[in-house]
Amino acid sequence: MTTTVVTPLSAISLAEGAPVIEAASADGVFSLLWLIIALPALGAAILLLGGRRTDAWGHLLGVATVAGSFALSLLAFLALLGRDAEDRSVGQTLYSWIEAGPFTVDLALLYDPLSALFLLLITGVGGIIHVYSIGYMEHDARRRRFFGYLNLFVAAMLVLVLADNYLVLFLGWEGVGLASYLLIGFWQHKPSAAAAAKKAFVVNRVGDIGMALGVMLAFATFGTVGFAEISAVAGEASDGVLTALGLLFLLAAAGKSAQVPLQSWLLDAMEGPTPVSALIHAATMVTAGVYLVVRSNFIYEAAPVAQTAVVIVGAVTLLWGAIIGTAKDDIKKALAGSTMSQIGYMMLAAGLGVAGYAFAIFHLLTHGFFKANMFLGAGSVMHAMDDDVDMRHYGALQKMLPVTFLTFAMGYLAIIGFPGFSGFWSKDKIIEAAFGENLVVGLAALLGAGITAFYMTRLMLMTFFGEKRWSEDVHPHESPKVMTVPLIVLAALSVLGGAMLLGNWVVEWLEPTVGHAEHHELAVSPLVMTLIVTVVVAVGVALAWVLVGKREVPRVAPANVSVFTRAARADLYGDALNEGLFMRPGDRFVGDLTRFDDHGVDGAVNGTAAAFGGMSGVFRRWQNGFVRSYALSLLAGAVLLLAVLLAVNLA
Amino acid sequence: MSETPFLVLSAILFTIGAVGVLTRRNALVLFMCVEMMLNATNLALVTFSRVHGNLDGQVTAFFVMVVAAAEVVVGLAIIVTIFRTRRSASVDDASLLKY
Repeated sequence: MTTTVVTPLSAISLAEGAPVIEAASADGVFSLLWLIIALPALGAAILLLGGRRTDAWGHLLGVATVAGSFALSLLAFLALLGRDAEDRSVGQTLYSWIEAGPFTVDLALLYDPLSALFLLLITGVGGIIHVYSIGYMEHDARRRRFFGYLNLFVAAMLVLVLADNYLVLFLGWEGVGLASYLLIGFWQHKPSAAAAAKKAFVVNRVGDIGMALGVMLAFATFGTVGFAEISAVAGEASDGVLTALGLLFLLAAAGKSAQVPLQSWLLDAMEGPTPVSALIHAATMVTAGVYLVVRSNFIYEAAPVAQTAVVIVGAVTLLWGAIIGTAKDDIKKALAGSTMSQIGYMMLAAGLGVAGYAFAIFHLLTHGFFKANMFLGAGSVMHAMDDDVDMRHYGALQKMLPVTFLTFAMGYLAIIGFPGFSGFWSKDKIIEAAFGENLVVGLAALLGAGITAFYMTRLMLMTFFGEKRWSEDVHPHESPKVMTVPLIVLAALSVLGGAMLLGNWVVEWLEPTVGHAEHHELAVSPLVMTLIVTVVVAVGVALAWVLVGKREVPRVAPANVSVFTRAARADLYGDALNEGLFMRPGDRFVGDLTRFDDHGVDGAVNGTAAAFGGMSGVFRRWQNGFVRSYALSLLAGAVLLLAVLLAVNLA
Repeated sequence: MSETPFLVLSAILFTIGAVGVLTRRNALVLFMCVEMMLNATNLALVTFSRVHGNLDGQVTAFFVMVVAAAEVVVGLAIIVTIFRTRRSASVDDASLLKY
């Protein structure tokens, strides 16, 4: 069943596997590339520096800047469509950023088919989330600041995907980390939100170590950090260096994309306002890791060990997230588990090499649509339920919130892979590619699809169907138009997103960036494969119907549950593991250091001081104020001197 | 004429003065004892001057006398001032300047 996805290191396969990036200089509409980043950055600057003066119209400016970026992205995309496949790489050098001897880094942009898709996703879905936020944050006194942060987030992500070298990418990478910190902790008056923001920041720092070391290693090896330059010479580096680079970038990607073992921040990040969750999970942030792996394809193609590691991380995460999703009662956390799982699919596909890159990006796009749709839908539900997130307090909401229900249902059908919906096409392709790589990996992906169907059906049933379980004082109501229209748009995209695969368009579109994949034959035909996946999904749905839909859902989560449920509720003990392995020993180590500092270092210094103090206390008693005793000591001294003189002279 | 009796007298006077300084409390007596020690020293200086046959010792004795006179002026003034304020000439009473 295995195919030659991971090709051995040879010049020919490299040329096929990882295309060398050759960017033409930017002209026409492409000369405005910088403006795509500058608009949201300017918006953020105005909103954050302008203060209260911008309160009245701040949200409108926030939407307008992103909308402007989207319009420019669309123009650039159309212009790129009009070019030949070989010319679809445009570079724009803005200015020389760092110049230190042989080390020069330009602040330069690279616009190619991969960046183009990301730009559309970020500005498009991001823009829709901005519109939705107008309604969602309407009663928040700090809405203007919220939009400032959102703009900053989008701007940082755009820097990340438009960078033409690793250092500029790192700039955006850190910007995304900062913006996510600010947004997750937006309701900083809640200690849990402040803690979640800190956790996200710290865990991301761990990944950033990988990123920083990776960039340094790349520079030490190739003498440059540019994608184009490295892609031309990547094959010449030694296997060990390439593997190390791949693993370092994988660590970085795991941090940003919440992959095992750096997954723990994602669930806590639900403390942020819901639009933030949607933005983090759909358009920005978590997609950065997948982007990094796909962008670094010229490294991974030459480092099979690192590729295998990516596949393993992806496969483990997709099951890990899915299992967490099955046990959560918090609607946002269930969706967060699902994101983790879906990003796992993308990582898995990205690790498969040329056969998977395009499908990873394809799934990333469709996931961006349906996950943004569902998060905003969940926000709409919370809006109706007085910000209650416990699904056990929902039930029978489909009549009260018809628009939210219908749009959410589109997202639901897309994510479980109901035939015809966008997720069906993208996930199916990944599972197919996974089976092409390895039976175990394929089975993991297949199992993940089944679990996904289970937990999403459970979520649907608990939220929209069954008996109503709300408390008396809650009066669910449909959200205003400014929130439902974005939902409808996203629902449409969730349904139709699969159209990108028409005529294999997305694969051919990405070919100049990620290379051409040989078609590989499976043991069974694709149709049978699809049928198997659909059956597994159907089993998952049926299981959820039997276990959740047909039974009464208790208002309080039952405490007497199996050990598996308990493990899933505790995020598979990911936090406990971090705590036991890193936090507590670190705590102890720091505690010991503090004690050493307090007693050892301070003891030596303070002890010396105390000794001198004590001695002075003794010696000063000699100054007793009696003149005659001074006279006596004077005499004694004189006699002593005399005795010494005599002794010396007589000796 | 032997110089020994002079030196012995000088030593006796110095010792009386020293013991007086250490044992008496009255500031005036103390003062007189200090003068006695100075003069004992003067006697020794003059004696040695004669023994060695030069004038160095005698010149020094004059210096000592001048310094002693100046010292007496300042010292008596201090003692009188202290007596006026504290109604006591005991040196043990004037023990404020201490640890």
